[in-house]
Amino acid sequence: MDFLSEHQPQMLPGKRQLPPVQGVIEAPHGTTIVAVTFPGGVVLAGDRRATMGNVIAQRDIEKVFPADEYSAVGIAGTAGLAVEMVKLFQLELEHFEKVEGATLSLEGKANRLSTMIRSNLGMAMQGLAVVPLFAGFDVDRGKGRIFSYDVTGGRSEEPGYAATGSGSLFARGAMKKLYSNDLTEQQATTLVVQALYDAADDDSATGGPDVARRIYPIVTVITEEGFRRLTDEESSEIARLILERRLEQPDGPRAALL
Amino acid sequence: MSTPFYVSPQQAMADRAEYARKGIARGRSLVVLQYADGIVFVGENPSRALHKFSEIYDRIGFAAAGKYNEYENLRIGGVRYADLRGYTYDRDDVTARGLANVYAQTLGTIFSSAAEKPYEVELVVAEVGETPEGDQIYRLPHDGSIVDEHGSVAVGGNAEQISSYLDQRHQDGMSLAEALKLAVQSLSREPNGGEREIPAERLEVAVLDRTRPQQRKFKRIVGRQLDRLLEAGGAETATEAEESDDEE
Repeated sequence: MDFLSEHQPQMLPGKRQLPPVQGVIEAPHGTTIVAVTFPGGVVLAGDRRATMGNVIAQRDIEKVFPADEYSAVGIAGTAGLAVEMVKLFQLELEHFEKVEGATLSLEGKANRLSTMIRSNLGMAMQGLAVVPLFAGFDVDRGKGRIFSYDVTGGRSEEPGYAATGSGSLFARGAMKKLYSNDLTEQQATTLVVQALYDAADDDSATGGPDVARRIYPIVTVITEEGFRRLTDEESSEIARLILERRLEQPDGPRAALL
Repeated sequence: MSTPFYVSPQQAMADRAEYARKGIARGRSLVVLQYADGIVFVGENPSRALHKFSEIYDRIGFAAAGKYNEYENLRIGGVRYADLRGYTYDRDDVTARGLANVYAQTLGTIFSSAAEKPYEVELVVAEVGETPEGDQIYRLPHDGSIVDEHGSVAVGGNAEQISSYLDQRHQDGMSLAEALKLAVQSLSREPNGGEREIPAERLEVAVLDRTRPQQRKFKRIVGRQLDRLLEAGGAETATEAEESDDEE
């Protein structure tokens, strides 16, 4: 990144000259990302919809990416900028690893992402914000961790679960009622799809499982073994089970009153 | 004021080449071999921290003999070149040929520039293909020329003797254990014709393995995995020897 800023500064998102514009630029926006930790790892998942105003810009966008072997980023906000940010982030982690011969610590990666979001602040003020969710397996501590960000690059570690994007309020509500700290990997993957279903239920910009087109949420799991993305069969199976139960109970599982 | 002595360009270049060759010859040799599933790098390296082999990009590996600070400089330059290219265009657009060209330019410029001393390094840039036919190995001597190699290559102090040894014995389609065994045998030969033992702790081994599911094919082989491979290589040759005994 330092090398890029010296030699080809125009390649970096933060260094771009923006034409003066009034109002908000119309560009596709990605919506909801959720993450949940479980003993032994962390699950990061995202829906598949991108919206531009009231139009669905894309039905099958992918918003969760591996950052390196032990971490992943889910992006909400302006899709084009976010994808570029992730690409640069991936590049930087890989570059560091090759030059130094060692991987960055999870904290180090989270801090680096924070700086990158902050460099996008000018664009964010014009309505082109990028707000990712970063999750990874901390090899030193042997557990999964989640970091959430705000638009100014402020970083906070979230215990248990987190969500970002337009449907995050509803997803967070769902996860709050369903989360416990002794989930299995299987339960954690089901939980994130439940949360995304609830987000899609109440937020028009979040897409639910699309049975007709076979488009299902992207679910990724990071454990000691590294990053793994659930296959389409696996995630469709989770979505199918949830859909079946929701036919009987449209609001999903009920938590105890007291 | 004294007049500088006239030195003919031929003489100057010959002196520089000899200087560089002597520097490289002081270092230990290393070998790069093709095997059935990829390319293996083997060298003797007492240090655990200062590597002779390194990953440049998804399918490209780097090996160097000579002065550490000089080849480390070139290695980082190569990683930067590859990463910048892959980011600007696409990961598939980074090739060993392009990288070897950049190295050749750099080494050539330094070699012929009177202001700098020539680099005392010899490099190998290797790219693993989808099939053994797609593998590429380039050797880059100190003066900036490029040699396209096939099968096996040796660089460093005792390179000539080692590469003739390898040329006679290397075959296409060797297993990793066989290739490793051959590499260690070739490295343990002394210039005076004797042999010495190289313990596993002093070996640095890395592979570009085309069967790896990840995008990045470079992998270091250390510890137990290395021991296992060395044993397997030993066992295979032992059984072969027994079989040939039976035939007799």
